[in-house]
Amino acid sequence: MKIKSVLENYLFILPAVTIFLIFYIIPFIWVFQLGFYDWNGIDLSKSFVGVANFKEVLVQDPSWWQSVLNAGYITIIALIFQNILAFLLAVACDREIRLKNFYRLVFFIPPVLSEIVVGMAWKFIINDIDGANIVNRMFISMGLSQWAHNWLSDPKTALTTVALVHCWKGFGWGFLIFLAGLQTIPKELYEAARVDGANAWHSFKHITIPMMVPVIALVGILTILGSMQAFVLIMGLVGGEFAGHTSVPVLRILASMQGSSRFGYACTQGIVFGVILMMVSFIQYRFSKKRA
Amino acid sequence: MKTQVYYQAKKIGINALIHAFLISVVITCLYPLLWMVASSLKTQDTIFKDISLIPKEFHWENYPRAWQEGGFGRYFLNSIFYTISVVTGIVLVSSLAAYAFSRLSFPGKNFIFYIFIAAMMIPLPGSFVALYVLLNKLHLRNTEVGYILCMINVGLSTSIFLLKTFFDKLPHELEDAARIDGCSKFGIWWHVALPLAKPVLAVVIVFNTLNVWNEYVLALIIFDSRAKMPLQVAINRFWGEFATNYPLLMAGLTITALPIIIVYLLMQKYIVKGVTQGAVVG
Amino acid sequence: MQAAASWGGKRILGLLVFVFIAFIAGGCSSGISDTRKAPGEQLVTVWHWMTDRQAGLEELGKRYTEKTGVKVNFELYAPSDAYTQKVRAAAHGQNLPDIFGILAEKRDFASFIKAGHVADLTSYVDADGGKWRERFFPKALAVNEFLPSNSFGVKAGIYGVPIDVSTIQMVFNKDLLKQIGGNPEKPPVTFDEFLALGPKIKGAGLQGLVSGWAEIWMIDCLANNYAFNIMGKDKVMSTLRGEVPYTDPDWIRVFGLFKKMQDSGILANGIVTMINKTSEQLFANGKAVFAFNGSWGVNVYKNMNPNLNYGVMLPPKASEKYPMAVWGGAGSSFLVSERSKNKEETIKFLEWLTDRDQQAYLSEVTNNLPANKECLTVIPGPLAQFADDMDFTTHPNTWDVSEFPAVTEAFNKGIQRIILGEKTPEQIGREVQEVKERELAKNNKQQ
Repeated sequence: MKIKSVLENYLFILPAVTIFLIFYIIPFIWVFQLGFYDWNGIDLSKSFVGVANFKEVLVQDPSWWQSVLNAGYITIIALIFQNILAFLLAVACDREIRLKNFYRLVFFIPPVLSEIVVGMAWKFIINDIDGANIVNRMFISMGLSQWAHNWLSDPKTALTTVALVHCWKGFGWGFLIFLAGLQTIPKELYEAARVDGANAWHSFKHITIPMMVPVIALVGILTILGSMQAFVLIMGLVGGEFAGHTSVPVLRILASMQGSSRFGYACTQGIVFGVILMMVSFIQYRFSKKRA
Repeated sequence: MKTQVYYQAKKIGINALIHAFLISVVITCLYPLLWMVASSLKTQDTIFKDISLIPKEFHWENYPRAWQEGGFGRYFLNSIFYTISVVTGIVLVSSLAAYAFSRLSFPGKNFIFYIFIAAMMIPLPGSFVALYVLLNKLHLRNTEVGYILCMINVGLSTSIFLLKTFFDKLPHELEDAARIDGCSKFGIWWHVALPLAKPVLAVVIVFNTLNVWNEYVLALIIFDSRAKMPLQVAINRFWGEFATNYPLLMAGLTITALPIIIVYLLMQKYIVKGVTQGAVVG
Repeated sequence: MQAAASWGGKRILGLLVFVFIAFIAGGCSSGISDTRKAPGEQLVTVWHWMTDRQAGLEELGKRYTEKTGVKVNFELYAPSDAYTQKVRAAAHGQNLPDIFGILAEKRDFASFIKAGHVADLTSYVDADGGKWRERFFPKALAVNEFLPSNSFGVKAGIYGVPIDVSTIQMVFNKDLLKQIGGNPEKPPVTFDEFLALGPKIKGAGLQGLVSGWAEIWMIDCLANNYAFNIMGKDKVMSTLRGEVPYTDPDWIRVFGLFKKMQDSGILANGIVTMINKTSEQLFANGKAVFAFNGSWGVNVYKNMNPNLNYGVMLPPKASEKYPMAVWGGAGSSFLVSERSKNKEETIKFLEWLTDRDQQAYLSEVTNNLPANKECLTVIPGPLAQFADDMDFTTHPNTWDVSEFPAVTEAFNKGIQRIILGEKTPEQIGREVQEVKERELAKNNKQQ
């Protein structure tokens, strides 16, 4: 009787595990073992190089670590600006205000737009020679002409600008999830606090934030995973790696695969990248567990 | 002594500030959308010269042109077919698995679950070639079924993660009641768990719809016949090696964006109603 | 309430499952065979990436079917990165179509041949006293040819045919040149003349030279052109072979040219973040005085701005010692799959495609230079100017030796950094040489 029950339970996960085994595990094994070879993706034979690729990625490839740092920078900016913006917007929309549904629709437009369009549109907005220079003209008209700048073509500001556009594209998801999270905080808590004499800021600090910590953690993990892997936007805004200034891991992997025809090395980079992502996610998960 | 007027003025002032903040964000969100639509109504030679948001002439014919030259009729249907199939597949497969991880017990449960989660975090570069060879061996290359199965796999981990967290938060009473009534495990899943999971299912649907609808590299590599290509592949043909037809590209992209917005509109009221009853918490 | 909700939900889910199964069932049956030919009919399948030629190629395909009854299927897969991935995956799965192209360097081309994917066309090309060979511009064919004792280890022969020709040179906007005080019929010939225009351009609020220098290969092209001009082909080849270091004064001089260009203001703002499409759009809209682009640009400019008044020139030479070189030769080439099921038919089709009338048609319809030198088409203005300079052309895929990709990357990224003012030519020379020595050491270890 018990065995029949357990077998029945396995049936539930059977379709998922089957598909997963065939379409993820098998390619994963193939990619994983390729990391130990030197192969150009075409030759019929590959040469086994053991851990030489891994050694190269970890110690001899400064461009790889630069790309990781750049992606980390974009991720930190996203964690801060994107999620703070999403949170504030969600709080603002949680109140009984008019046009709530309109805002909910509009704020989700950036995630829906294709990254090609987002890259082209923002390049148009920011750049002066191949765009309409809207951002700079806005600064000048506000009297802040010292802020007018080549945001995308100056290597010093390019990465930050790209990160901010990335935030713009991503805040819609955070907004939606935060908004949903805010709905589940019982109104009675706020009522009780008001009766006790607390003002808006007080209830925000002592009710809203603590109850939203698990939501913030989840959005955090999704943000990290998404931002570390961003690259299409970078190609649209600055044409690529910009001499390393806007290089990110996925672009480096693509360069190894297609530019240098080093398929094996690209797989090595991919594995190292996966390990980095797992470590970062794990740290974030631990951190949020402590806070909650 | 703060008067009634003071409090009312303060409330109006704060509301005004909030609206100003929201409106300014709305403007940044709408501008690129309007730029895309405006560009789609211009012509190849005016698209970069005329930088205003409202084109001097409205070339509505770009839309039927994009539709025809891109062969959208067929590709649009293909994309709809793939999206519905994949999303339905993911909903069924991942909700079954998530329910099992959450409510049932069997040896190796946690281990298998963690493997799914790890997969969410490890992207596979070069996996396209692996999938191609794999599908080839299974005689599923250049078939819709092969593509759909691959795409189901892509969204599986994240969907299982979202659903499992939700199921964890479900109160047991309902399920116990159903079990007492004589419902089988599958019955509880179908009649109790799934209907309650509507909010998080809505998130899963929107998330996966977005992914499948915008996918094109895998489709391009796996399919050899034009008849099976999804919409995104057709759009990228406007992005030429030598000459890009920008207005048509923009028209095509606008057409592509519409169905997703519709799906979002349909699903979003479910999402906000109660996603976080678990899906998001913890 | 609960019951009602569950009943409604059940209906929706049931419907979805039904739809799913119905579509899968429908999809399954049509997925089995996709060849579009009736039994007994011949079919040649071509995969290509050239969006603007699909219409012209399809028309030619129709004409061939009318003439011979053999069906030709042109499949377009764009953009070119995705196309390359598809070809590689197909090669891996031994599923290459009858005709395809390789958008890569000679090294990868050699790998494809050695892996047995590409048919050897030498005997066909040389048949009948070399009738097929004779029609092509020799430089166009050379890109697809491997000479005896080449350094790639490939059996000597011809492995593909060009279907058009292109060169990469400079174009200049005649109206803007006049505006800054230059002579629209006499563009700058020497490098110093060119630099002198920089301050004038900046003064007029215009942009000078635009080019897709976010794309590494475009920088490589111009740098290589100047290398040929300053030190001559032989020394460049020696450098590739590792016999001359990149710290050699001639190479430092090449790097220095980019610094001079940046300092004089002749380069457009943000040129390092431009993809080629952006530079084409800027030049077409009259925002830039010069552009460094290929002859395919003629078609792009015509579409974006038919009234553009421009001319073609060689990059202004930096030295009198050796002639200026530009990259040119085959634009796009088609290869035949070794495992093609109807190789003979395919090769016959390819021969027809590269014949005079078809080439003339393609050239007219797509504004590109034909690979067939017997074409008597009237080539429109600027395109003819591109064709005039064919004598100066060379192309990396015709050389016997090629550079390591890591070195090329360091070389071109280095130039980008020089333009950004972050490194000096001497520093870059040293860095590139370091990478070169590392690659040479690796290569020697493996042999």
